[in-house]
Amino acid sequence: MTGVGRPGEARAGWAMSAPALAAILAFFVVPAIGSLFLSFTDFDIYALADLDNLRFVGFQNYERLVANPLFWKAMTNSLLFVAIGTPFIVALSLFAALLINSRWLKWRPVWRVALFAPYVTTLVATAVVWRYLLHTRYGLVNYLLSLVGIAPVDWLGSPTASLPAILIFVGWKTFGYSMIIFLAALQTVPRELDEAARIDGAGWFTRLRHVTLPAIAPTVLLVSVLTVAAMFQLFAEPYVMTQGGPAQSTVTILYFMYEEGFKWWNLGSGAAVAFLLFLCILAVTLVQLRLARRSGAI
Amino acid sequence: MSLRRWTVTLLAALVALFTIAPLLWMLSVSFMARGEAAQFPPPLLPGDPTLDNYRALFGSFGIGHFLINSLLVSTLATLLALFFTIPAGYAFAKLRFRGRDATFRLLVAALVVPGQIGMLPLFLELKAMGLVNSYAGALVPWLAGIFGIFLVRQYCLTIPDEMLEAARIDGASEAQILRRIVLPLLSPIIVTLALFVFLGSWNDFMWPLIILADQDLYTLPVALAAMSREHVQDNELMMAGAVVTTLPVLVLFLALQRFYLSGLTTGSVKG
Repeated sequence: MTGVGRPGEARAGWAMSAPALAAILAFFVVPAIGSLFLSFTDFDIYALADLDNLRFVGFQNYERLVANPLFWKAMTNSLLFVAIGTPFIVALSLFAALLINSRWLKWRPVWRVALFAPYVTTLVATAVVWRYLLHTRYGLVNYLLSLVGIAPVDWLGSPTASLPAILIFVGWKTFGYSMIIFLAALQTVPRELDEAARIDGAGWFTRLRHVTLPAIAPTVLLVSVLTVAAMFQLFAEPYVMTQGGPAQSTVTILYFMYEEGFKWWNLGSGAAVAFLLFLCILAVTLVQLRLARRSGAI
Repeated sequence: MSLRRWTVTLLAALVALFTIAPLLWMLSVSFMARGEAAQFPPPLLPGDPTLDNYRALFGSFGIGHFLINSLLVSTLATLLALFFTIPAGYAFAKLRFRGRDATFRLLVAALVVPGQIGMLPLFLELKAMGLVNSYAGALVPWLAGIFGIFLVRQYCLTIPDEMLEAARIDGASEAQILRRIVLPLLSPIIVTLALFVFLGSWNDFMWPLIILADQDLYTLPVALAAMSREHVQDNELMMAGAVVTTLPVLVLFLALQRFYLSGLTTGSVKG
């Protein structure tokens, strides 16, 4: 279909896209590929000072990572964020979208904006806010829990509570985005379909399972894929709220990469972490696509 | 019927309380006196509202300086992104040239690669170019916005070809067509894109944290994160800092929400 246009048109086409393409090549493609090369070198603070100190070391960075317990800790933490966070956020945003899409809802635009608002706030700022909301003694969250008789939880100070605490914050901050995507998909589901099932006596949950969910299955897949990628990329949350602690319980892969690269200046090893992160995201996405295909969602 | 209406609306109000309460609480505590928030049960409203925290922030902490830095970086990022993205998005949609579709498919495939993958090599690249610890270095990722190109292209596809053809027959050059005919038509998507980039660069944390070493150059999020590590105990001060950091973008979003929300769905739902 792309018959080449007149010469003037083709020239203009290249001229208009060249600046953006050059920038993408220089500042996105080259660094991304460069990461793989960098991961096979011993680039460190000495090489940073003088490139003569740079050597090609094969798979040594990877071997050293595999032997590093903190790397495995970061890997496990990130996988926990993915495994717990993805279903939590997908379910939360789907529920919110169903609620906002409900034909019984009054003042819909108001609720839609109110639920979406946290998504556009500055992450660092709201992470600071949530650090106080989750404070063991003075936090609003523990106060609310105390009203229903639950003893104070040391949210950010206990290695078992810190990961769920960060997930509560991440859920609060990001579910609005997926909600908007779900809402757009829900608006394409014909009301009559749902109505017919209701007249046949199907309950709310049955209709959700057999009418709504099949109709928006591709969107559920899309949102899950995006959420998995987001869960693998948590960095500022632990940086601001816990600094990776307590007991390294919130060190994520990206946090580990940041420390390897920019705290210890082991850029070769950091690049290996980055590349492994990419492989992880790719692998989980492919598994999701395969599961979706098998279940007939796409 | 009516009961159902109220139940659903009440449920939505409860969820809205969960999303909005932390922001209202942030605002409320920012007007409290020092140490007032550190009580149990936590007070919801300031006993005697004061602007002391804001005075301290703009006075001894010099947050005004970081506010200006952030405004500068986000404005420049937005202008540069528009300048790079709009012509490219239009070209990919409407100008026929060899290799166009293959290039575009590659770009879409590249969307799945997170930018953080290349952060370390990008840092070295910019170091070689002498751009580390400068705003030029902080702005560079915003030039390479694939999503923006995608957004503009989707919008340009709705422009009828006949319109462009007619202008060509009248002897307009391709650059004139872009400037005089296409750009005015694109104004809604330009607002959307500008909003995305402005908010994105304002809220960005990891890249400015890496590339800006000099404290004088810090943007608000980087300055706030540094401050929060030193002033863990000062709830009220930190809440005021959070308000200064996030209020500008929140207000901007509320004013232009229609453009923001429509852009989200263009990008993600097919058809």
